[in-house]
Amino acid sequence: MKNTIFAIAAAALVLALPSMLDASHLNTVILVLMAAQLGVAWNMLGGYAGQVSLGHAAFVGLGAYTSTLLLIKFGVNPWIGIVAGGCMSAALSLAFGWSCFRLKGHYFSMATIAVAELVQIFFTEWEYGGTAVGLYVPMDHQGWLWMNFATKLPYYWLALGLLALTMLANLWIERSFLGYYFRAIKDEPDAARSVGVNIARYKQIALSVSAFFSAMGGSLYAQKELYIDPNSVLSTALSIKMALVSILGGVGTLFGPLVGSVVLTSIEEFTRAMFGGTGRGTDVIIYASMIIAIAVFYPTGLLGWVRSFKERGTARADAARQLAEHAASQQAKSGEAS
Amino acid sequence: MTTEIFLQTLASGVLIGLIYALIAIGLTMIFGVMEIVNFAHGEFLMLGMYSSFWLFALYALDPMVTLPATVIMLFAVGVLLYRLIIVRIMHAPMLSQIFTTFGLMYLLRGLAQFFWKPDFRSIENSAVSGSVKILGIQLGTPQLVAGVGAIVVTGLIYFFLNKTRMGAALEATASDKEAARLMGIDSHKMFSLAWGIGAACAGAAGVLLSTFFPIFPDVGANFILLAFVVVNLGGFGSVTGAFWAGIIVGVMEVMGGLLLGPQYKTAVVLVMFLGVLMFRPQGLMGKA
Repeated sequence: MKNTIFAIAAAALVLALPSMLDASHLNTVILVLMAAQLGVAWNMLGGYAGQVSLGHAAFVGLGAYTSTLLLIKFGVNPWIGIVAGGCMSAALSLAFGWSCFRLKGHYFSMATIAVAELVQIFFTEWEYGGTAVGLYVPMDHQGWLWMNFATKLPYYWLALGLLALTMLANLWIERSFLGYYFRAIKDEPDAARSVGVNIARYKQIALSVSAFFSAMGGSLYAQKELYIDPNSVLSTALSIKMALVSILGGVGTLFGPLVGSVVLTSIEEFTRAMFGGTGRGTDVIIYASMIIAIAVFYPTGLLGWVRSFKERGTARADAARQLAEHAASQQAKSGEAS
Repeated sequence: MTTEIFLQTLASGVLIGLIYALIAIGLTMIFGVMEIVNFAHGEFLMLGMYSSFWLFALYALDPMVTLPATVIMLFAVGVLLYRLIIVRIMHAPMLSQIFTTFGLMYLLRGLAQFFWKPDFRSIENSAVSGSVKILGIQLGTPQLVAGVGAIVVTGLIYFFLNKTRMGAALEATASDKEAARLMGIDSHKMFSLAWGIGAACAGAAGVLLSTFFPIFPDVGANFILLAFVVVNLGGFGSVTGAFWAGIIVGVMEVMGGLLLGPQYKTAVVLVMFLGVLMFRPQGLMGKA
């Protein structure tokens, strides 16, 4: 009942939101949705299976570059390009997994940074791929058929749709046998291995699915911004942000990345709008201070914090009830005695 | 390729490798003692460079003269960061630790930009400029002095760890925290010490670099990735490993640049790094 009301309220908000906002705020909301989608994609591997990748921008970038190059060089429709980009990234993830998955903990994270850095160097030097100059998405064909618009609003629906799709995939994984395997790999790898779970295989599945959806986010980014370069879609800063929104909201939860993205992207856009023009790094200082404060004070993420708050609330209610019961029984006893 | 060019490249690779080693030694020490990867390590280097720059620009003090002062200052910065922030995340999940030091990285960069502007700065005409010819190899004096300086600092660290009581206590904490605590070693003091020395090493590297490398708020980004590679290759926590791995990385980088073009020098190092991890996940010199 409570969930149904919540869902209806959320749906109403989502439908009404675009008409309530001006263009620049709508753009911020779109950025929130896109960062949330990338966070959900990262969370499949980093949160559920516990493999902390700091190189996921490689997948985002590969998706963006695949769909954009297909469009520019061969006139391929972006709707096909976005799927092709996903497949390319899933293919790259095999090499990524092969080279990184034998490593654990910090070693794994470092290796993922190295792989992503190599991909970035490749695209910075690759003549055909536009080098450091980047690529412009042509606007010859507009409309839904070519996923190309002069206004922002359609991108709101596209970002929303992709986020919903990614979250549905996440929900399906969470509830299927894969979810159990992923959590087993994260929490009890030795136990999982001893009961015959092929750990390498399920890590790779988590990575490939995660890479596929990251790439779709990358292609959508290219279509929305109409311009990509190695710095915007392949940088370590992007990899960090994907992980950060999940950690901020709560790793290994369905809604964590969305919560994290709402908070983080709003702070980022707000501080940039307020202080970004000064060129003195004030926005960076505030952004960084927030990251540190959250990592230090809410190590389980905002959702974890809310949950512990709730639990504390229930515990207090329990204590109060017990006290009342105790008092009542005492009273009853004294009543009997008199 | 003539022998002369080869030798010259080799020598400059070794010299820059010694700097990488010095940066990585600080990083590996912090990791070895408390298993935290410090992503803000490049920013200690940046602070060292700025300290060197301002002392030179404002008081005309030569970087080589102000080196000890900068090292002491960075030691204090390291201890302070540990006491204020790191101590709170010691028992937090690995993810929170990673993001705290990431936040510190952005914060220090932002502060540098705020106070000192994003401009590129450089130290012109310090006492160590020009070039010298040794055994037919032409080398920049700043690079040569930096390499020698890095050896001296590394030597001091090595002496401290192996020959002094406090160094032994630090090593003991690194190898077994609990046992060291039971022997009466104050682990908080050791963690402070590791952060202090770690930051001081990076600061020293910054001073040594400042005579021939541009100084700007994001300069740490150019070194942190290579420092991680060095720490990984040397084995997390191994000071001697980091020293040799630093030299290897420096030489690989410069040689790769010579053979394939300077834009691929980092790629060469990264490919070698991933290749090594394939066969030795614990690094070249790390324990299995």
